[in-house]
Amino acid sequence: MAQPKVLFDDIEVGYEIPQLVTAPITETQLVMYAGASGDFNPIHTVHAFGEKAGFGGVIGHGMLSMGFAGRFMTNWVGVKAVKKLAVQFRSVTKPKNVITISGKVVKKYTEDSLNLVDCEFLATNQDSDKIIVGTATAELS
Amino acid sequence: MIEKSNIGKEYREYTFEIEKCKIRELARAIGDKSKIFYDEDAAREDGFEGLAVPPTFSTLFAMAGGLESVIKDLKIDMTKLLHGGQEYEYFKAIKPGDVVKGKTVIKDVIEKSGKAGTMDFLVMETTYINQNEEPVLCDKCTLVVRR
Repeated sequence: MAQPKVLFDDIEVGYEIPQLVTAPITETQLVMYAGASGDFNPIHTVHAFGEKAGFGGVIGHGMLSMGFAGRFMTNWVGVKAVKKLAVQFRSVTKPKNVITISGKVVKKYTEDSLNLVDCEFLATNQDSDKIIVGTATAELS
Repeated sequence: MIEKSNIGKEYREYTFEIEKCKIRELARAIGDKSKIFYDEDAAREDGFEGLAVPPTFSTLFAMAGGLESVIKDLKIDMTKLLHGGQEYEYFKAIKPGDVVKGKTVIKDVIEKSGKAGTMDFLVMETTYINQNEEPVLCDKCTLVVRR
């Protein structure tokens, strides 16, 4: 799978970035994410702790959701093109959630001879709850 | 609550080595199947120097140092802690074998009241440099501590 190459000339403001739909989040995935990231807050892996915190069970790592946002951008423009990635966490994710990320280009400009696009995106779960809202800047060819 | 007097506090510098296994682990955990995160030959064919690194890999740096220092220092109750926001700005690509170092600084402490009660927003910033002293990325993290 070669890295995508998106041409600046081909993209206009309002362009809709290809959607990302994740596989359902699993409890195993949260354990994997804890180990991979080093975030061992038990709220993500220990059911009783998630209940005590008022969530009725474990919740996904915010950074897992941002990881999906990273995939959304790199699937479209490739890893090297991503210059900024920013998110605000709005709701927690839970096991069995399917996350969909949609977004578009909101600004296109050249700065310091770099061809840049600013993007806005939204991640929702299967019940249309907002999980994250975010922005990204990509450098295009 | 978190006192405003913590603004400007700087934590000790820490280092993090970018290891191939951790890149693969993170890519697998976030469900990214792109070969460039697993297979060095595929990554090189695509112009990377060794495995490519997912943009949110830098969360490992914070977990390895800055975040824990802040949580311990401010005695934050883990059951009250939420991640409010996260921003990364990338200056230079990181690759396996790189060693990055950074110092976390508390940029702001804001009290907010809403439907869920009063919460403290804690904004931390860390700029990482690599072994050649080149800035690689800036990490701005907002934590929310429920009271």
